[in-house]
Amino acid sequence: MSRRPFVRTMSKTTWYMRNGRYKVYMLREVTSLLVGYYTFLVIFALAALSADSPDLWNGFLAAQQSPVMTALHGFALLYFLFFQTFPWFKLAPKAMPVQIGEKKLPGGYIVIGHYVAWAVVSAFIFWLAGVV
Amino acid sequence: MTIAKKAVVWILFAAGGTLTAFVYPALIVLFLLVASGNVPEGLRYEQIHTFAASWPGKATLFVVVFLSLWHAAHRLRVVAHDFGIRKDKLVANAVYLVAATGTVLTAIYLLLIS
Amino acid sequence: MPARQIELEVMRYDPEKDEAPWFQQYSVPCQEDWAILDALNYVKDNLDTTLSYRWSCHMMVCGSCGMMVNGEPSLTCKTFIRDLSGKIRVEPLENFPIERDLVVVLDDVLQKLQQVQPYIIRKNDPPPEGIEYRQSRAALAKFKQLTMCINCMCCYSACPQYGLDSNFMGPAALALAHRYNLDSRDQGKSQRLNIVADHDGVWECSFVGACSEVCPKSVDPAAAIQQMKIDGAMEYWKQKPGFPGGEP
Repeated sequence: MSRRPFVRTMSKTTWYMRNGRYKVYMLREVTSLLVGYYTFLVIFALAALSADSPDLWNGFLAAQQSPVMTALHGFALLYFLFFQTFPWFKLAPKAMPVQIGEKKLPGGYIVIGHYVAWAVVSAFIFWLAGVV
Repeated sequence: MTIAKKAVVWILFAAGGTLTAFVYPALIVLFLLVASGNVPEGLRYEQIHTFAASWPGKATLFVVVFLSLWHAAHRLRVVAHDFGIRKDKLVANAVYLVAATGTVLTAIYLLLIS
Repeated sequence: MPARQIELEVMRYDPEKDEAPWFQQYSVPCQEDWAILDALNYVKDNLDTTLSYRWSCHMMVCGSCGMMVNGEPSLTCKTFIRDLSGKIRVEPLENFPIERDLVVVLDDVLQKLQQVQPYIIRKNDPPPEGIEYRQSRAALAKFKQLTMCINCMCCYSACPQYGLDSNFMGPAALALAHRYNLDSRDQGKSQRLNIVADHDGVWECSFVGACSEVCPKSVDPAAAIQQMKIDGAMEYWKQKPGFPGGEP
Protein backbone atom coordinates (compact mmCIF):
# COMPACT_ATOMS: atom_id res chain seq x y z
CA MET A 1 0.00 0.00 0.00
CA SER A 2 1.82 3.13 -1.15
CA ARG A 3 1.16 6.64 0.06
CA ARG A 4 0.69 9.45 -2.42
CA PRO A 5 -0.92 12.37 -0.60
CA PHE A 6 -2.73 14.79 -2.88
CA VAL A 7 -2.08 18.47 -2.28
CA ARG A 8 -4.97 20.76 -3.19
CA THR A 9 -3.73 24.14 -4.32
CA MET A 10 -5.23 27.45 -3.28
CA SER A 11 -5.21 30.39 -5.65
CA LYS A 12 -2.86 32.98 -4.19
CA THR A 13 -4.75 35.79 -5.93
CA THR A 14 -8.43 34.85 -5.68
CA TRP A 15 -8.73 32.67 -2.55
CA TYR A 16 -10.83 35.32 -0.80
CA MET A 17 -13.66 34.90 -3.29
CA ARG A 18 -14.32 31.46 -1.79
CA ASN A 19 -16.71 32.66 0.90
CA GLY A 20 -18.33 35.74 2.43
CA ARG A 21 -16.11 35.73 5.49
CA TYR A 22 -12.95 36.13 3.40
CA LYS A 23 -14.51 38.78 1.16
CA VAL A 24 -15.44 40.91 4.17
CA TYR A 25 -11.88 40.51 5.50
CA MET A 26 -10.39 41.82 2.24
CA LEU A 27 -12.84 44.75 2.18
CA ARG A 28 -11.68 45.52 5.70
CA GLU A 29 -8.01 45.36 4.83
CA VAL A 30 -8.23 47.70 1.85
CA THR A 31 -9.23 50.51 4.22
CA SER A 32 -5.46 50.81 4.53
CA LEU A 33 -5.58 52.49 1.12
CA LEU A 34 -7.98 55.07 2.55
CA VAL A 35 -5.71 55.63 5.53
CA GLY A 36 -2.77 56.13 3.18
CA TYR A 37 -4.75 58.52 0.97
CA TYR A 38 -5.95 60.77 3.79
CA THR A 39 -2.59 60.72 5.51
CA PHE A 40 -0.95 62.03 2.36
CA LEU A 41 -3.68 64.65 2.02
CA VAL A 42 -2.76 65.83 5.52
CA ILE A 43 0.95 65.90 4.62
CA PHE A 44 0.02 67.87 1.50
CA ALA A 45 -1.91 70.29 3.68
CA LEU A 46 1.09 70.64 5.99
CA ALA A 47 3.28 71.37 2.98
CA ALA A 48 0.86 74.11 1.91
CA LEU A 49 0.80 75.48 5.45
CA SER A 50 4.58 75.51 5.70
CA ALA A 51 4.78 78.07 2.90
CA ASP A 52 3.59 80.66 5.42
CA SER A 53 1.30 82.17 2.84
CA PRO A 54 -2.41 82.76 3.47
CA ASP A 55 -3.03 82.90 -0.27
CA LEU A 56 -1.42 79.51 -0.84
CA TRP A 57 -3.45 77.98 1.99
CA ASN A 58 -6.71 79.44 0.70
CA GLY A 59 -5.78 78.22 -2.73
CA PHE A 60 -5.27 74.75 -1.31
CA LEU A 61 -8.68 74.88 0.40
CA ALA A 62 -10.31 76.13 -2.80
CA ALA A 63 -8.69 73.34 -4.81
CA GLN A 64 -10.32 70.81 -2.47
CA GLN A 65 -13.77 72.12 -3.34
CA SER A 66 -15.83 70.07 -5.75
CA PRO A 67 -19.06 68.08 -5.72
CA VAL A 68 -17.19 64.98 -6.87
CA MET A 69 -14.72 65.25 -3.98
CA THR A 70 -17.61 65.84 -1.56
CA ALA A 71 -19.28 62.65 -2.72
CA LEU A 72 -16.03 60.71 -2.55
CA HIS A 73 -15.35 61.93 0.98
CA GLY A 74 -18.89 60.92 1.94
CA PHE A 75 -18.36 57.45 0.52
CA ALA A 76 -14.94 57.19 2.16
CA LEU A 77 -16.43 58.20 5.50
CA LEU A 78 -19.10 55.50 5.39
CA TYR A 79 -16.68 52.85 4.10
CA PHE A 80 -14.16 53.73 6.78
CA LEU A 81 -16.76 53.63 9.53
CA PHE A 82 -18.16 50.25 8.52
CA PHE A 83 -14.92 48.54 7.54
CA GLN A 84 -12.34 50.02 9.90
CA THR A 85 -13.73 51.84 12.95
CA PHE A 86 -16.68 49.57 13.79
CA PRO A 87 -14.81 46.27 13.15
CA TRP A 88 -11.81 47.55 15.13
CA PHE A 89 -14.05 48.33 18.10
CA LYS A 90 -15.82 44.99 17.79
CA LEU A 91 -12.52 43.08 17.88
CA ALA A 92 -11.00 45.14 20.73
CA PRO A 93 -12.28 42.87 23.56
CA LYS A 94 -10.40 39.94 22.02
CA ALA A 95 -7.07 41.68 22.41
CA MET A 96 -7.77 43.00 25.90
CA PRO A 97 -9.79 40.53 27.99
CA VAL A 98 -10.75 41.79 31.44
CA GLN A 99 -11.31 39.28 34.19
CA ILE A 100 -13.10 40.17 37.39
CA GLY A 101 -12.83 37.36 39.92
CA GLU A 102 -13.69 34.20 38.07
CA LYS A 103 -15.81 35.85 35.41
CA LYS A 104 -14.75 37.53 32.22
CA LEU A 105 -16.12 41.02 31.65
CA PRO A 106 -18.57 40.78 28.75
CA GLY A 107 -16.94 42.21 25.64
CA GLY A 108 -19.88 44.53 25.15
CA TYR A 109 -18.68 46.85 27.90
CA ILE A 110 -15.30 47.26 26.23
CA VAL A 111 -16.97 47.93 22.89
CA ILE A 112 -19.28 50.54 24.40
CA GLY A 113 -16.28 52.12 26.09
CA HIS A 114 -14.65 52.47 22.67
CA TYR A 115 -17.73 54.12 21.19
CA VAL A 116 -17.90 56.60 24.07
CA ALA A 117 -14.21 57.43 23.69
CA TRP A 118 -14.72 57.81 19.95
CA ALA A 119 -17.57 60.26 20.48
CA VAL A 120 -15.42 62.28 22.89
CA VAL A 121 -12.40 62.33 20.54
CA SER A 122 -14.54 63.30 17.55
CA ALA A 123 -16.25 66.06 19.53
CA PHE A 124 -12.85 67.36 20.59
CA ILE A 125 -11.59 67.41 17.00
CA PHE A 126 -14.72 69.20 15.82
CA TRP A 127 -14.36 71.73 18.65
CA LEU A 128 -10.68 72.30 17.74
CA ALA A 129 -11.59 72.78 14.10
CA GLY A 130 -14.35 75.17 14.99
CA VAL A 131 -17.09 73.00 13.56
CA VAL A 132 -19.03 73.18 16.80
CA MET B 1 14.64 31.29 18.50
CA THR B 2 14.06 34.90 19.32
CA ILE B 3 11.36 37.50 18.95
CA ALA B 4 11.26 38.73 15.38
CA LYS B 5 11.82 42.41 14.57
CA LYS B 6 8.33 42.35 13.10
CA ALA B 7 7.23 43.07 16.68
CA VAL B 8 8.31 46.70 16.29
CA VAL B 9 6.37 47.26 13.09
CA TRP B 10 3.39 45.53 14.61
CA ILE B 11 3.32 47.92 17.58
CA LEU B 12 3.23 50.86 15.16
CA PHE B 13 0.55 49.12 13.13
CA ALA B 14 -1.62 48.44 16.19
CA ALA B 15 -1.20 51.92 17.63
CA GLY B 16 -1.89 53.44 14.22
CA GLY B 17 -4.96 51.29 13.75
CA THR B 18 -6.38 52.32 17.09
CA LEU B 19 -5.62 55.97 16.42
CA THR B 20 -7.07 56.01 12.90
CA ALA B 21 -10.20 54.17 14.04
CA PHE B 22 -10.84 56.95 16.57
CA VAL B 23 -9.58 60.01 14.68
CA TYR B 24 -10.05 59.47 10.96
CA PRO B 25 -13.85 59.57 10.75
CA ALA B 26 -13.78 63.11 12.16
CA LEU B 27 -10.85 63.95 9.88
CA ILE B 28 -12.70 62.76 6.79
CA VAL B 29 -15.69 64.86 7.87
CA LEU B 30 -13.39 67.90 7.95
CA PHE B 31 -12.28 67.18 4.37
CA LEU B 32 -15.91 66.68 3.42
CA LEU B 33 -16.82 70.08 4.85
CA VAL B 34 -13.99 71.78 2.98
CA ALA B 35 -14.89 70.00 -0.26
CA SER B 36 -18.51 71.10 0.04
CA GLY B 37 -17.45 74.71 0.57
CA ASN B 38 -18.18 74.93 4.29
CA VAL B 39 -14.70 75.60 5.63
CA PRO B 40 -14.87 75.41 9.43
CA GLU B 41 -13.50 78.36 11.44
CA GLY B 42 -10.58 76.39 12.83
CA LEU B 43 -9.27 75.63 9.33
CA ARG B 44 -8.98 79.26 8.30
CA TYR B 45 -5.36 80.28 7.81
CA GLU B 46 -4.82 82.18 11.07
CA GLN B 47 -6.33 79.50 13.30
CA ILE B 48 -4.77 76.44 11.69
CA HIS B 49 -1.44 78.21 11.35
CA THR B 50 -1.42 79.10 15.03
CA PHE B 51 -2.29 75.53 15.95
CA ALA B 52 0.40 74.04 13.72
CA ALA B 53 2.96 76.56 14.95
CA SER B 54 2.39 75.65 18.61
CA TRP B 55 4.38 72.81 20.11
CA PRO B 56 1.31 70.85 21.28
CA GLY B 57 -0.11 71.28 17.79
CA LYS B 58 3.10 70.10 16.12
CA ALA B 59 3.35 67.12 18.45
CA THR B 60 -0.26 66.11 17.84
CA LEU B 61 -0.02 66.43 14.08
CA PHE B 62 3.26 64.53 13.97
CA VAL B 63 2.02 61.64 16.08
CA VAL B 64 -1.20 61.35 14.05
CA VAL B 65 0.61 61.35 10.70
CA PHE B 66 3.47 59.13 11.90
CA LEU B 67 1.27 56.36 13.31
CA SER B 68 -1.15 56.52 10.39
CA LEU B 69 1.70 56.24 7.86
CA TRP B 70 3.20 53.16 9.50
CA HIS B 71 -0.20 51.57 10.06
CA ALA B 72 -1.08 51.96 6.38
CA ALA B 73 2.38 50.81 5.29
CA HIS B 74 2.38 47.59 7.29
CA ARG B 75 -1.22 46.83 6.39
CA LEU B 76 -0.51 47.38 2.69
CA ARG B 77 2.36 44.92 3.00
CA VAL B 78 -0.09 42.31 4.31
CA VAL B 79 -2.71 43.24 1.68
CA ALA B 80 -0.15 42.78 -1.09
CA HIS B 81 0.65 39.35 0.32
CA ASP B 82 -3.07 38.52 0.50
CA PHE B 83 -3.55 39.57 -3.12
CA GLY B 84 -0.83 37.19 -4.22
CA ILE B 85 2.17 39.50 -4.46
CA ARG B 86 4.61 37.23 -2.69
CA LYS B 87 7.84 39.23 -2.93
CA ASP B 88 7.51 40.17 0.72
CA LYS B 89 10.97 41.69 1.24
CA LEU B 90 10.54 43.90 -1.81
CA VAL B 91 7.06 45.03 -0.80
CA ALA B 92 8.13 45.61 2.81
CA ASN B 93 11.06 47.77 1.80
CA ALA B 94 8.89 49.73 -0.62
CA VAL B 95 6.07 50.50 1.81
CA TYR B 96 8.35 51.23 4.75
CA LEU B 97 10.44 53.53 2.55
CA VAL B 98 7.31 55.48 1.62
CA ALA B 99 6.32 55.66 5.30
CA ALA B 100 9.80 56.84 6.26
CA THR B 101 9.75 59.47 3.53
CA GLY B 102 6.35 60.67 4.70
CA THR B 103 7.63 60.82 8.27
CA VAL B 104 10.65 62.93 7.29
CA LEU B 105 8.56 65.25 5.10
CA THR B 106 6.05 65.76 7.91
CA ALA B 107 8.80 66.61 10.36
CA ILE B 108 10.31 69.11 7.92
CA TYR B 109 7.00 70.80 7.14
CA LEU B 110 6.08 71.01 10.81
CA LEU B 111 9.42 72.53 11.69
CA LEU B 112 9.01 75.08 8.89
CA ILE B 113 5.68 76.32 10.24
CA SER B 114 6.45 79.12 12.63
CA MET C 1 -39.31 5.14 7.80
CA PRO C 2 -36.60 7.65 6.77
CA ALA C 3 -37.39 11.29 7.55
CA ARG C 4 -35.43 12.59 4.59
CA GLN C 5 -33.56 11.23 1.59
CA ILE C 6 -30.24 13.10 1.49
CA GLU C 7 -28.07 13.47 -1.60
CA LEU C 8 -24.41 13.41 -0.54
CA GLU C 9 -21.56 14.50 -2.75
CA VAL C 10 -18.42 13.02 -1.22
CA MET C 11 -14.84 13.58 -2.32
CA ARG C 12 -12.99 10.36 -3.09
CA TYR C 13 -9.31 9.76 -3.63
CA ASP C 14 -7.49 6.46 -3.91
CA PRO C 15 -3.72 7.11 -4.02
CA GLU C 16 -3.14 3.84 -5.82
CA LYS C 17 -5.76 4.36 -8.52
CA ASP C 18 -6.64 8.04 -8.89
CA GLU C 19 -4.67 10.85 -10.48
CA ALA C 20 -6.77 13.43 -8.67
CA PRO C 21 -9.74 13.54 -6.27
CA TRP C 22 -13.24 13.20 -7.67
CA PHE C 23 -16.81 13.36 -6.30
CA GLN C 24 -19.04 10.36 -5.70
CA GLN C 25 -22.79 10.71 -5.22
CA TYR C 26 -24.65 8.77 -2.55
CA SER C 27 -28.38 8.78 -1.78
CA VAL C 28 -28.87 8.22 1.95
CA PRO C 29 -32.15 7.67 3.88
CA CYS C 30 -31.71 9.74 7.04
CA GLN C 31 -33.50 10.12 10.36
CA GLU C 32 -34.60 13.57 11.61
CA ASP C 33 -31.87 13.90 14.19
CA TRP C 34 -28.96 12.56 12.16
CA ALA C 35 -25.64 14.29 11.82
CA ILE C 36 -23.52 14.10 8.68
CA LEU C 37 -21.42 11.50 10.46
CA ASP C 38 -24.47 9.23 10.74
CA ALA C 39 -25.03 9.59 7.01
CA LEU C 40 -21.38 8.69 6.32
CA ASN C 41 -21.66 5.67 8.61
CA TYR C 42 -24.76 4.59 6.70
CA VAL C 43 -22.80 4.86 3.44
CA LYS C 44 -19.95 2.80 4.87
CA ASP C 45 -22.25 0.15 6.31
CA ASN C 46 -24.72 -0.18 3.46
CA LEU C 47 -23.60 1.46 0.25
CA ASP C 48 -19.83 1.58 -0.07
CA THR C 49 -17.43 -0.07 2.35
CA THR C 50 -14.43 1.46 0.58
CA LEU C 51 -15.14 4.99 1.90
CA SER C 52 -12.40 6.03 4.37
CA TYR C 53 -12.85 8.68 7.05
CA ARG C 54 -11.88 9.36 10.65
CA TRP C 55 -14.33 9.43 13.53
CA SER C 56 -14.57 8.22 17.09
CA CYS C 57 -16.62 9.66 19.94
CA HIS C 58 -19.58 11.06 18.00
CA MET C 59 -19.97 13.68 20.75
CA MET C 60 -17.63 16.58 19.91
CA VAL C 61 -14.82 15.72 22.30
CA CYS C 62 -12.32 13.68 20.32
CA GLY C 63 -11.74 15.99 17.36
CA SER C 64 -11.46 13.13 14.83
CA CYS C 65 -14.33 13.83 12.44
CA GLY C 66 -13.40 17.27 11.12
CA MET C 67 -14.33 17.68 7.43
CA MET C 68 -15.55 20.35 5.01
CA VAL C 69 -19.35 20.32 4.85
CA ASN C 70 -20.62 22.60 2.07
CA GLY C 71 -17.30 24.42 2.20
CA GLU C 72 -17.30 25.02 5.94
CA PRO C 73 -14.81 23.27 8.24
CA SER C 74 -16.99 21.37 10.70
CA LEU C 75 -17.19 18.39 12.98
CA THR C 76 -19.43 15.98 11.09
CA CYS C 77 -20.85 14.71 14.40
CA LYS C 78 -21.94 18.25 15.21
CA THR C 79 -23.36 19.15 11.79
CA PHE C 80 -26.99 18.12 11.57
CA ILE C 81 -28.92 17.39 8.39
CA ARG C 82 -31.90 19.35 9.79
CA ASP C 83 -29.76 22.51 9.45
CA LEU C 84 -28.86 21.83 5.82
CA SER C 85 -30.83 21.68 2.61
CA GLY C 86 -30.23 20.45 -0.89
CA LYS C 87 -27.19 18.44 -1.89
CA ILE C 88 -24.58 18.17 0.85
CA ARG C 89 -20.94 18.30 -0.18
CA VAL C 90 -18.46 16.55 2.07
CA GLU C 91 -14.73 17.05 1.49
CA PRO C 92 -11.56 16.46 3.49
CA LEU C 93 -10.34 19.36 5.66
CA GLU C 94 -9.00 22.19 3.52
CA ASN C 95 -5.31 23.17 3.58
CA PHE C 96 -4.15 19.63 4.34
CA PRO C 97 -2.85 17.02 1.87
CA ILE C 98 -5.35 14.26 1.23
CA GLU C 99 -4.19 10.84 2.36
CA ARG C 100 -7.22 8.93 1.08
CA ASP C 101 -10.88 9.88 0.61
CA LEU C 102 -11.79 12.06 3.61
CA VAL C 103 -8.60 11.36 5.55
CA VAL C 104 -5.99 14.13 5.64
CA VAL C 105 -2.30 14.20 6.55
CA LEU C 106 -1.96 15.95 9.91
CA ASP C 107 1.78 15.52 10.46
CA ASP C 108 2.46 19.24 10.05
CA VAL C 109 0.11 20.41 12.79
CA LEU C 110 1.13 17.60 15.13
CA GLN C 111 4.71 18.84 14.82
CA LYS C 112 3.61 22.43 15.40
CA LEU C 113 1.70 21.51 18.56
CA GLN C 114 4.89 20.07 20.01
CA GLN C 115 7.00 22.98 18.85
CA VAL C 116 5.39 25.49 21.22
CA GLN C 117 6.54 23.65 24.38
CA PRO C 118 3.03 22.81 25.60
CA TYR C 119 3.90 21.86 29.17
CA ILE C 120 4.48 23.54 32.51
CA ILE C 121 7.97 25.01 32.55
CA ARG C 122 9.43 25.73 35.99
CA LYS C 123 12.61 27.66 36.67
CA ASN C 124 13.45 25.61 39.75
CA ASP C 125 13.11 21.94 38.95
CA PRO C 126 12.30 19.52 40.53
CA PRO C 127 9.53 20.84 42.81
CA PRO C 128 9.87 20.23 46.56
CA GLU C 129 8.67 16.82 47.76
CA GLY C 130 4.99 16.64 48.65
CA ILE C 131 4.24 20.21 47.52
CA GLU C 132 1.44 20.64 45.01
CA TYR C 133 1.02 23.72 42.80
CA ARG C 134 -2.07 25.42 44.17
CA GLN C 135 -4.23 27.26 41.72
CA SER C 136 -7.28 29.33 42.55
CA ARG C 137 -10.46 29.09 40.52
CA ALA C 138 -9.85 32.63 39.28
CA ALA C 139 -6.39 31.66 38.03
CA LEU C 140 -7.88 28.66 36.25
CA ALA C 141 -10.60 30.80 34.71
CA LYS C 142 -7.89 32.86 33.00
CA PHE C 143 -6.96 30.06 30.63
CA LYS C 144 -9.69 27.44 30.95
CA GLN C 145 -11.32 28.34 27.64
CA LEU C 146 -8.04 27.58 25.86
CA THR C 147 -7.87 24.10 27.36
CA MET C 148 -11.04 23.17 25.50
CA CYS C 149 -9.20 22.58 22.22
CA ILE C 150 -9.80 19.06 20.92
CA ASN C 151 -7.25 19.34 18.11
CA CYS C 152 -9.85 18.90 15.39
CA MET C 153 -7.84 21.29 13.15
CA CYS C 154 -10.94 22.98 11.71
CA CYS C 155 -9.19 26.24 12.54
CA TYR C 156 -6.28 25.42 10.21
CA SER C 157 -8.77 24.74 7.44
CA ALA C 158 -10.42 28.07 8.00
CA CYS C 159 -7.19 30.05 8.23
CA PRO C 160 -6.28 31.57 4.84
CA GLN C 161 -2.81 32.52 6.04
CA TYR C 162 -2.04 28.87 6.78
CA GLY C 163 -3.49 28.01 3.37
CA LEU C 164 -1.22 30.55 1.70
CA ASP C 165 1.87 29.56 3.65
CA SER C 166 1.94 26.34 5.68
CA ASN C 167 5.03 27.52 7.53
CA PHE C 168 2.66 29.57 9.70
CA MET C 169 2.35 27.98 13.13
CA GLY C 170 -1.40 28.34 12.98
CA PRO C 171 -4.31 28.88 15.39
CA ALA C 172 -4.38 25.68 17.48
CA ALA C 173 -0.63 25.61 18.17
CA LEU C 174 -0.58 29.29 19.09
CA ALA C 175 -3.69 29.00 21.27
CA LEU C 176 -1.99 26.10 23.01
CA ALA C 177 1.10 28.22 23.68
CA HIS C 178 -1.08 30.96 25.15
CA ARG C 179 -2.85 28.38 27.36
CA TYR C 180 0.48 27.71 29.04
CA ASN C 181 1.54 31.34 29.12
CA LEU C 182 -1.62 32.14 31.05
CA ASP C 183 -1.27 29.20 33.44
CA SER C 184 -0.24 30.51 36.88
CA ARG C 185 1.84 27.39 37.50
CA ASP C 186 3.99 28.06 34.42
CA GLN C 187 7.19 30.10 34.45
CA GLY C 188 8.14 29.66 30.81
CA LYS C 189 6.36 32.60 29.18
CA SER C 190 9.53 34.33 27.90
CA GLN C 191 10.87 31.08 26.56
CA ARG C 192 7.62 30.28 24.80
CA LEU C 193 7.25 33.80 23.40
CA ASN C 194 10.69 33.46 21.82
CA ILE C 195 9.22 30.59 19.83
CA VAL C 196 5.78 31.91 18.95
CA ALA C 197 6.87 35.50 18.33
CA ASP C 198 9.64 34.43 15.99
CA HIS C 199 9.14 34.24 12.24
CA ASP C 200 6.18 32.11 11.12
CA GLY C 201 4.58 32.74 14.51
CA VAL C 202 2.00 35.25 15.69
CA TRP C 203 3.08 37.99 13.27
CA GLU C 204 1.88 35.98 10.27
CA CYS C 205 -1.68 36.18 11.59
CA SER C 206 -3.65 39.01 10.01
CA PHE C 207 -6.67 38.60 12.31
CA VAL C 208 -9.06 37.24 9.70
CA GLY C 209 -10.83 35.63 12.65
CA ALA C 210 -12.16 32.67 10.67
CA CYS C 211 -10.49 30.24 13.06
CA SER C 212 -12.52 31.41 16.02
CA GLU C 213 -15.70 31.41 13.97
CA VAL C 214 -15.40 27.74 13.00
CA CYS C 215 -14.03 26.42 16.29
CA PRO C 216 -16.57 23.87 17.59
CA LYS C 217 -15.38 24.35 21.20
CA SER C 218 -15.31 28.17 21.27
CA VAL C 219 -11.62 28.26 22.13
CA ASP C 220 -11.22 31.60 20.33
CA PRO C 221 -7.66 31.11 19.01
CA ALA C 222 -7.84 34.49 17.25
CA ALA C 223 -8.10 36.26 20.60
CA ALA C 224 -5.23 34.19 22.00
CA ILE C 225 -3.01 35.17 19.07
CA GLN C 226 -3.78 38.90 19.39
CA GLN C 227 -2.99 38.76 23.10
CA MET C 228 0.31 37.04 22.31
CA LYS C 229 1.15 39.72 19.77
CA ILE C 230 0.89 42.25 22.58
CA ASP C 231 2.85 39.96 24.92
CA GLY C 232 5.45 39.38 22.23
CA ALA C 233 5.81 43.10 21.55
CA MET C 234 6.33 43.84 25.26
CA GLU C 235 8.73 40.91 25.61
CA TYR C 236 10.74 42.23 22.66
CA TRP C 237 11.51 45.43 24.55
CA LYS C 238 12.00 43.62 27.88
CA GLN C 239 14.78 41.61 26.28
CA LYS C 240 16.64 44.69 25.14
CA PRO C 241 19.49 45.35 27.59
CA GLY C 242 18.83 48.08 30.07
CA PHE C 243 15.09 48.15 29.45
CA PRO C 244 13.00 48.35 32.65
CA GLY C 245 11.09 45.23 33.60
CA GLY C 246 13.49 42.87 31.93
CA GLU C 247 15.68 40.19 33.40
CA PRO C 248 19.21 41.25 34.32
